[in-house]
Amino acid sequence: MYKKIVFPLLAICIALNSLVVNSQERVRLGTPISEADLEGFDLIAEPDGSGFPSGGGTARQGKAVYDINCAVCHGANGEGTSGNTIIVGGDMQSEGPPLRTVGSYWPYASTVFDFIRRAMPATAPKSLTNAQVYQVTAYILFMNGIIGEDTELNANTLVNIEMPNADGFVDRSHIHSIE
Amino acid sequence: MTEKKLEKVAGNGLISRRHLLGMGATGVGLAASNSVLGQNSGINFEIPGWSRTPGPGPSNYGSRSRYTAAVQRSTAFQNPTYPGGGASRSPLQHLQGTITPNALHFERHHAGIPDIDPAGHKLVINGLVRQALAFSYEDLLKYPMVSSVYFLECAGNSGALLRGGNEDGTAQSIHGLVSCAEWTGIPLSTLLDEAGVLPEARWVAAVGADAASMGRSIPIEKALDDVMVALFQNGEPVMPGQGYPMRLFVPGWEGNISVKWLTQIKLTRAAAQFRDETSKYSDTLPDRSSYQFTFPMGTKSLITSPSGQMSLRNAGIYQITGIAWSGSGSISRVEVSADGGQTWADASIQGLQLDKALTRFTIPWEWNGGPAVLQSRATDSRGNVQPTRDVILAERGNISFYHNHCIQSWAVSNSGEVTNVYV
Repeated sequence: MYKKIVFPLLAICIALNSLVVNSQERVRLGTPISEADLEGFDLIAEPDGSGFPSGGGTARQGKAVYDINCAVCHGANGEGTSGNTIIVGGDMQSEGPPLRTVGSYWPYASTVFDFIRRAMPATAPKSLTNAQVYQVTAYILFMNGIIGEDTELNANTLVNIEMPNADGFVDRSHIHSIE
Repeated sequence: MTEKKLEKVAGNGLISRRHLLGMGATGVGLAASNSVLGQNSGINFEIPGWSRTPGPGPSNYGSRSRYTAAVQRSTAFQNPTYPGGGASRSPLQHLQGTITPNALHFERHHAGIPDIDPAGHKLVINGLVRQALAFSYEDLLKYPMVSSVYFLECAGNSGALLRGGNEDGTAQSIHGLVSCAEWTGIPLSTLLDEAGVLPEARWVAAVGADAASMGRSIPIEKALDDVMVALFQNGEPVMPGQGYPMRLFVPGWEGNISVKWLTQIKLTRAAAQFRDETSKYSDTLPDRSSYQFTFPMGTKSLITSPSGQMSLRNAGIYQITGIAWSGSGSISRVEVSADGGQTWADASIQGLQLDKALTRFTIPWEWNGGPAVLQSRATDSRGNVQPTRDVILAERGNISFYHNHCIQSWAVSNSGEVTNVYV
């Protein structure tokens, strides 16, 4: 008698379990990991300085990195080879659409480091060392007249750089739907 | 006789949508009749060859008729400085209903489509959580899932209209960066609960496993609301071009934020300020300030037939049809004009009116053979009404191009040619 009841009930429970979110028996299959496990995987470098690696570099060091890895698309002096590759110059007051270069548009220096480390060079992303990313970030900021040629760029100095267009943005992130 | 029955509801030939209801059964005189009973119809009733020879048997994965092979996405020119980058656009003028077939769903990639072996893929949740976690694809398949039909629209869709030009534009070339599918996956809140979100976490940073490791930041309120980790698209595993083995899906918001090939969710205090939420997907205004984090896509519609580069052969009855959607709710009303917005008539909603999903509308129209300008105007469940292009330009100028949801105007010439115009 006991078995006769339990087995059908068990079968029903198993069937329901795949269909219904059961708060009593939540699926919890994530494998616990530590932040240390994610060194080299977590590439997020934030404006507050979190996520930046140790080390640093200067524009003077970065010129060679740039000439070898970046100039083919971005031009010898950041003038670009097509619209999206122009990274130096630009003027927010220009008559037409602004060029959105690092110097004239980008609000945070951290984004330059973050983007180069994760996505550049376009043909071989993530092929630069952290030191090279610091160096070439410094070189791009130098070409835009934002830092000096020998300014040491590292986790501490990078977050204190005030970008020219930092105040040029209107944050609309509070608008989640339009009423 | 039929003329008397056709109730005109707005200028230049728009016919009451009530006539649609009876059309299928009786025609209500709407179907143009070319032949007279008793005359030779000209139709060949000989048994065709395909009715005389068995065809091929079942296959492991279906393919469409070779006679519909011309229905294709259009792919943009590949820029050598941007390997794998670019977009393909859905052929909206050739589709019906509201679900986009997976192989025709628009694409936008920033470093091409990665060839991901799910056995080597992981989803990491870290940052401001009680316990950082890693999930395998196999792990995630065991979770309870939810399904919803949602549109996805690139922030850059229809941007060309703000700059002008594109006289030869089509529904596909101007508006083809929108698609709609049933997405199935795990609510992100389920996985975030498992990791334990710390109170100081205000944003999540989502990162993909493509060569660009494309990243976007999402406010925690939205992440805990209706965002999902989508594993299935219209019932089958998400296609590689849509993020296989998994993508984030952020309903109603600009497409770029639904990060494909999702491999990391990091809880943070503030937005990470990725390249694609600062330099890209921001809109510069006439005063040279720039809107950042414009998330919900606007209330929008367009007529997909008749539309740009189509031609109407004869004066007579046509079914105007199109799609409408809103990032802030469902579509409650679509109006259509045949006289460039002077008079409007309510279109019928065909099928479902789902939240943040494409909605199909239709209305019959009698083209008198003269010039016409066809427009549609959507209203969503929150009362948002789709604006004209002039309103958008007055608000934002024309030096930005993302997030354009203005009314589309298609002109019909005396000879029946349909073109993109600005009125």
